[in-house]
Amino acid sequence: MRLKVEEKRCSGCNVCRVVCALENFGVVQPAKALLQIKGLFPEPGTYSIDYCTQCGICAEECPEGAIKEDDGIYRIDHDLCTQCLICVESCPFGVMVVLDSGYPAKCTGCGKCVELCPRNAILDLDSQAVKKS
Amino acid sequence: MLYGYAGKILKYNLSSAHHSAEDIPRELAEKYLGGRGFIARLLYDMLPVGIDPLGPENLVIIAAGPLSGHLLPGSGKTHFGTLSPATGGYGDSNMGGHFGPALKYAGYDCLVLEGKARKLSTLVISDDRIDLVEDEGLAGVGAIKTEKLLKERLGEDYQIITVGPGGERGVVFSCIHHDFGRQAGRTGVGAVLGSKNIKAIAVRGTGSLPLYDPPGALKKGEEMFKVCFAKPGFKTWTPYGTASITGWVNEVGAFPTRNYQTSFAEFHNKIDGQAIVDRLLVTDKGCFCCPTPCGKYGFAKTELGSAYVEGPEYESIAILGGSCCLEEIEEVAYANYVCDELGLDTISSGVVISFAMECFEKGIIGKADVGREISFGSLSDVVYLLEKIAARKGIGEVLCRGVRHAASVFGGDSDRFAIHVKGLEWTGYECRNAPGMMLSYMTADIGAHHNRSWALGFDVSQSDADVSELIKAGGGKLGVSSPEGKVDHVISMQHSRPLYDALGICRLQTMEIGFETVHYEKIYELITGNKLSWEEMLQISERIWHLTRLFNSKHIKGFGRHYDYPPARFMEEPVPTGPNKGRFISREILDQMLDEYYEKRGWDNNGIPKAETLARVGLA
Repeated sequence: MRLKVEEKRCSGCNVCRVVCALENFGVVQPAKALLQIKGLFPEPGTYSIDYCTQCGICAEECPEGAIKEDDGIYRIDHDLCTQCLICVESCPFGVMVVLDSGYPAKCTGCGKCVELCPRNAILDLDSQAVKKS
Repeated sequence: MLYGYAGKILKYNLSSAHHSAEDIPRELAEKYLGGRGFIARLLYDMLPVGIDPLGPENLVIIAAGPLSGHLLPGSGKTHFGTLSPATGGYGDSNMGGHFGPALKYAGYDCLVLEGKARKLSTLVISDDRIDLVEDEGLAGVGAIKTEKLLKERLGEDYQIITVGPGGERGVVFSCIHHDFGRQAGRTGVGAVLGSKNIKAIAVRGTGSLPLYDPPGALKKGEEMFKVCFAKPGFKTWTPYGTASITGWVNEVGAFPTRNYQTSFAEFHNKIDGQAIVDRLLVTDKGCFCCPTPCGKYGFAKTELGSAYVEGPEYESIAILGGSCCLEEIEEVAYANYVCDELGLDTISSGVVISFAMECFEKGIIGKADVGREISFGSLSDVVYLLEKIAARKGIGEVLCRGVRHAASVFGGDSDRFAIHVKGLEWTGYECRNAPGMMLSYMTADIGAHHNRSWALGFDVSQSDADVSELIKAGGGKLGVSSPEGKVDHVISMQHSRPLYDALGICRLQTMEIGFETVHYEKIYELITGNKLSWEEMLQISERIWHLTRLFNSKHIKGFGRHYDYPPARFMEEPVPTGPNKGRFISREILDQMLDEYYEKRGWDNNGIPKAETLARVGLA
């Protein structure tokens, strides 16, 4: 699933980040989440959401060709990855993380953030269905 | 390992700048859960008797709960505890936001601050790195501005609490500010932090919390959110948040108006939830993992100035709007903003100011005392008094110690309408036809606060019906509310509502949209590996209730029954207007309720827990 966001709907609750790390890495550790929420306060009083657009820049920059696209989603092949972390540095949205194992990680479109966002601020780009409001 | 917890208590001595991180004793976790439970136990054990609440011997304890920071609805609560400078007794206050989870991710369930820093400082915690940073340049800077400055200096990934000028100067109802609009407002926790020369605490946590059953906790956590999404209140309550209750409270004649002279305001629909949505709202602002954000972040423009401000919440509407008679939502919001920036609790500030306004109206104080004429309904007068209080100048030096103290200085019969219990100013529900709610205020451990028990729905309904259904149905016909059966409701709620404060979660999903407590039993088991029924958790909450009563008995000289009465206004003056016109609750009836309450609590006639009661609840 590719993501899109409606930042105006975001309330900054960070459920997306908590479920992201728990779903993908089995930990309650938002620092490992593959998306970021920033509060713009006291003014204008809104939130920005940094997320993986599957732009593919990480794949372009990977010297080993370890990041490959499949059906619109870029995935890291650990057999080819040398943990150089150039991909993490190159991510224009700053939403790749380094795991304790040393490998980089990126959003693979699991859709948990979409499922649990109470505000419909994170959506499935390929489906315009609105589930909660 | 204590699953679910970060596992450590961080003790920081500000005088010596030494700290230690100690393991959470398993017995503490099992007997007190966390949050308010940890605070009550640690304060009771650590605080010497006879100290100055604003002296270095006092403690500020900040605690998350076992469920804080986990994947479940409303897991963002943070609790603060201290010897209250407002009451001289047990003080705690909590807030939403993101601070408690960050503290846990940094590795600490609980932070105990001892002593006093040499100069005004910020405590900066980044996982296991802890620095006390002196910064006298922050002296006198507003609480919101300070947060912004520190965010710019340290980074967006820090969660920050601050105190305003009021807290620095020892105003006894100073709050702790966080996340550009969340406050731990009550009992003067901000004053104690300020007395320790702490202007702010910034926390960045990058670690993880140990889970007993990670796949199970993920599955159950997801389910809990989806259950919330399916509740009707998810869509109907959220848009207005706590302010949604304004019209109903007024309709049932419980809306504090003109310093609680009456309980009905004609102008209520200009300051209610709809007014916020129509005239202020910029965005809904959610606490950590909240599916139903009650935070209404908005922009208010008034003749005195304009401001971005979160809120006003219902309580601020009731006191700044109702009791001070600010009749436009922009005025309420602007006064709310001034309180936030000065670091003052909106509730106590509003009660103190409306008290001064009534004293002025009655001629008990005059222009020479106040420095100008003041009257109900004037935003300019409200802001003038707030600034005097925060600066502790002129009449502010009297008002900054709370309404009980102000009445003792102003004299006359002003103590009759100094609206407090135990020295803590009353919140947003007028009770002269609400015996259950009155008893809730009388017996709340921190003083006149509503979050321990909210029995108003039962008072209005005269039945055991579900309160949220009643509110939806409107006020209906109002008879004289009977005290019969109310003691049981109050005791039950004094266990259930504070239980959320021990678990470190928000109660509003249950209270406002009907989220079932059975989910918390299951998620608690999956996160911690301990199996506790809700009933067993309530028994822990009861233990904490007796402990805070013991705390008051230990620290307040001469503590007893006479600390459990409302002001004379509520026992002797009939309500002059509105749905409850002519009604009040006599001292005789309140005495009967207190007798029944003490007996059912297992306390003696003076309200002190009996030895057999303490043995029964595991406090012997």
